[in-house]
Formats: sequence, structure tokens, C-alpha cells
Amino acid sequence: MPDSLTIAEGRKLDIQKIRKDFPILETTVYGHPLVYLDNAATTQKPKAVLKAMDDYYVTINSNVHRGVHHLSQVATDAYEAGRKKIAAYINSRHTHEVIFTRGTTESINLVAACFGKKFLAAGDYILVSAMEHHSNIVPWQMIAEEKAAKVRVIPIDEKGELILDNLEKLLEGVKIVAFNYVSNALGTINPAKTIIDAAHRQGIPVLLDAAQAVQHLTVDVQDLDVDFLAFSSHKLYGPTGLGVLYGKEEWLNKLPPYQGGGEMIKTVSFEKTTYNDLPYKFEAGTPDMAGAIGLGAAIDYVQQLGIEQIHAAEHELMVYALDTLAGIDGLRLIGATDARHRAGVVSFLVGNIHPFDLGELLDKQGIAVRTGHHCAQPIMDRYCIPGTVRASMAVYTTPEEIDRLAAGIRKAAKLLG
Amino acid sequence: MTIQEQQDEIIADFEYFSDWMDKYEHIIQLGKELPLIDAQYKTEEHLIRGCQSQVWLHADYRDGKLFFTADSDAVITKGLISLVIKVLSGHTPKEISDAEIRFIDAIGLSSHLSPTRSNGLLSMVKQIKMYAVAYQAKSQIAQQ
Ligand SMILES: Cc1ncc(COP(=O)(O)O)c(C=O)c1O
Repeated sequence: MPDSLTIAEGRKLDIQKIRKDFPILETTVYGHPLVYLDNAATTQKPKAVLKAMDDYYVTINSNVHRGVHHLSQVATDAYEAGRKKIAAYINSRHTHEVIFTRGTTESINLVAACFGKKFLAAGDYILVSAMEHHSNIVPWQMIAEEKAAKVRVIPIDEKGELILDNLEKLLEGVKIVAFNYVSNALGTINPAKTIIDAAHRQGIPVLLDAAQAVQHLTVDVQDLDVDFLAFSSHKLYGPTGLGVLYGKEEWLNKLPPYQGGGEMIKTVSFEKTTYNDLPYKFEAGTPDMAGAIGLGAAIDYVQQLGIEQIHAAEHELMVYALDTLAGIDGLRLIGATDARHRAGVVSFLVGNIHPFDLGELLDKQGIAVRTGHHCAQPIMDRYCIPGTVRASMAVYTTPEEIDRLAAGIRKAAKLLG
Repeated sequence: MTIQEQQDEIIADFEYFSDWMDKYEHIIQLGKELPLIDAQYKTEEHLIRGCQSQVWLHADYRDGKLFFTADSDAVITKGLISLVIKVLSGHTPKEISDAEIRFIDAIGLSSHLSPTRSNGLLSMVKQIKMYAVAYQAKSQIAQQ
């Protein structure tokens, strides 16, 4: 059960108008208008993002933080303005608590490596959940192996929700907790605040994988009081190749640097190198300037619509989707049946049909879904299934597209059944 | 029928379908004609790992020719392997290892042979070729 999430009332979004901002949605696939339901893998980009990145290259491209010249200054300002927008979006206390990475995966690897190096010792535990993406499992296993520490797992129930009855006990001997706010395989919204509070009562820091949360829900790092938060630009209507790591200042200052190189140093000599201040200490090398500017534009776009309005619209669509899919013979929904516990994702199987077969026939009807284990194999093992078909939504998804999905499933099931 | 003729026949058959769903209906139907692998061979050892669907393959060597039986847990994959087996089964190791599989491309399913598709088909074609090469080497040694 998620912490009390309120669904906003009031101004409704004009989805048809929003769709016009995303040129790719006009695509035709195998003679059918594209129904793009693979948004959990990556969202499409609005024109405003494409334009911001194009403008960057056309008018101000230059390396940041280095040149004395005009363009470098303008580029640096634009790049740092991107960081400010992100800081405001997640309500971080300081802008320098926002570190640019290549994606959620790199953000988690950074914390696992740097935190692990300094704070993990033999016999310590790292607590993750049974519904993590591989990128929030493997980095912890790697550092655990190096430090002779162990990974412990919060189990999940049949409804795809975390079992937290024994949380206090699970936290014993734990040095850091890492879990996702919203599951990419099931769509479950986890009770982030409850878990963070419980961990903090025992003085344990928490990393929240918000890769599937920031595009659907208000994420406020101060309200959550989370120590580290990771997400990817490309799932938030922004460009690929860029990610964010938020960290509380006190924690980021305690961690050793991740990679060495230019930009992350203050002074270098062969005797001793001193490291730069936050955020640059964790940003070795020339950063992704265009990416940061693009993500800034994506956040402007989202804020213009209002993340609460997006959440409300997507919630309404989720209610419709769950209802529509429930009407399909033999369809087995994996995870929560209550739309309030879900964001963005519906995962399902139909009869004994292999998810791959269903995905293939949906594709040929112009419907893009994902099939397989969604990089979260432990969940599939939990349900003893080879994988699922996953349909995932974004702000531009319409009820008509859900109808197309349902009709597509029925047609495919008839052929495959 | 030679491997070439068999491929030409399949390509001609598929020309008949203009709609993707009809094409797939035919593929699924073909899966039902697949010479099924004997239950005793449906083991880890005969499993060809594709990322999403599993394929089991068994080769029999009789009178200088290779015969294949197979199965898959996904019916579209099953239809596709049925086609591959129709083309390659019952030929000599040399014929099989020399064969160029062009029908999959020609019927518009080349994406199924891409490594990222990972549905087992590409690995299966490779495995069949490997059997052929291995038996070819064996029979050459036997002749010497
Ligand atoms: C919950 C979750 N965590 C982590 C990731 C990894 O994100 P990226 O591949 O952008 O680094 C994903 C992406 O699929 C995800 O859904």
C-alpha cells in the first residue's frame, strides 16, 4: 500500500493537444497508426526538448566550466540552469546536491561503489527489495562480493506489494537500503516514506530508485527525507544518455569520488590531488551539456502541464486500463488490481500464451509493448512465470489506445489460443 | 526436393499473404507440423537458449543424412523452426553446412534472425549448422 497519495482534482489535461507536441506519435507501423505503450522503457520527446537541444548545438555549443570565452560562459550558464530546474523539480535543498550521470544505472553504481568503499565491511548487509530492476541489484552484489557483505531482500506478496511486517528485523545489520519507488515490471507504488522513516530510526541511509516515479508522481526529496535518489532523463521525456543522482549534501561530502579526471579536481600534482566541491567532485570529464539542457526543457514541459495533473490523468487512464483488460477472457493481471497502488505499468499474461507470441502479434497490429522479464528476473521467479507482456503509459496515452490494445490482445489470442 | 527448391516453395507460399496476421496464422499452423522432439531429449542438454522463448533441438544421423526434431514454448517460434527444419532436415551434412538460409529474409521475417530479437531462431540455425559441420568432419575422418 503506497503512502497516502492524493489524486489531484481540477484542471484537466487536453491529451489530444499534448499529442501534437510529440511528432513521433504520428508514425504508422505495419499500416497501423502507432500505439506506443512502451513508455516505461523510454518516453517520447516533445518538440520543446528537441528544439532546446538543437538550439544548443546551433547557437551556443562550447565546453563548460573551462573557457574564458563568451560561448563557454553561455553554455555553462545554460547547463547549470538545467541543473537548477532539476533541483527545483525534486525540491532539493541545494542545487549542488544534483549530480549528472549517464542514467539511473550509473547513479546507483556510483553510490554502491563509493558508499561501499567507505562504509561497508565484512558481514554487513545491504537491503534491497524483491521487485528491483537488475540495475538496483547487480551493483550491490558486486560491492557486496568485494567487501564480503551480503544482500538481503524484502519479500513481496501475491499482489506485488512489499511485505513490511518484519521490516525492523530486516533492517538489522543493514548499512544501506536501496529500493524502487515504482516497480518497472509491476507498476507497484511502494510506500517509500514508511520505509525511509523506518530505516532512519535505525540511522540507516536509503537510496530510492525513482526511474519509474519522477514521470508519474510528485517526488519531493525533502519531504521523503531520502538520502540518495536516482533517475534517468529518457524516461522523463528528456534525452537519452543522461541521468541524475540526488544526494544529501552531508552524504555526498562523506563519499569518496567515483571516477577521476578533469572537472572533478581542484589542483593536481603528482604528489597530491585535491578534489573539487560538489557537484563537480562526482562529474569527471566533459559532461553531457546538450542532455542537461534537454532535460531542463523536459522538466519545463512537465511542470507546465503540472505533475499533479499528469498523475491525475494517468490515474484515470489506469482505472480504465485495468477495467478494460479485466474484460478479456483468460487475462491474468500480475500485481495490484487497485489503480491507486500502480503507476504507469500494467503487466499481464493471457491464458497459456507465451508473452513473446502475444508481443509479436501486437507489434504487427502497430501496438508497441514489451515482453519478457523486464530486467527484473527475480520477480518472474517469484510468480513462477517466464515473463509478462507489459503495457506502459505516459501523459499522451489515450483511452482509445487502451481499446486498441484490448482489441489487439483479443485478435492475437484468437490466433494463438 | 533440394534445399534451394524447398526455400523457393516456401517463399512462393508466403507471397499469397498480404496481411501480417494471415501470415502469422500460417506460421502458427506450420508449427503444428513440426516433427516434435522425443520427450526423452527435451532436456537441458538439448535446450538452445534464446532470451525469451526456449527451443529444444535434436539431430539424428541416418544413411549419411541429418534429421532434426525440435520444440519451443512459443508458438510463433515453433512455426519458424518448423520451416527451418522443413528446409534443412533430411540432407547431408555438407549440403546443410553449405546452405544459405534466405527464405526467412524473403518472407519478411529477417528481424527474427537479429541477435537482439533473441527468440531462439538465430541460435537454432547456428546449432543446426554446427551439427552439420561436426558430422561432416566426422564422416571425412571415417573416409580417411
Ligand atoms: C526501476 C528502474 N530502475 C533502473 C532502470 C535503469 O535505467 P537506465 O537504463 O536508464 O539506467 C530502469 C529502466 O528500465 C528502471 O525501470
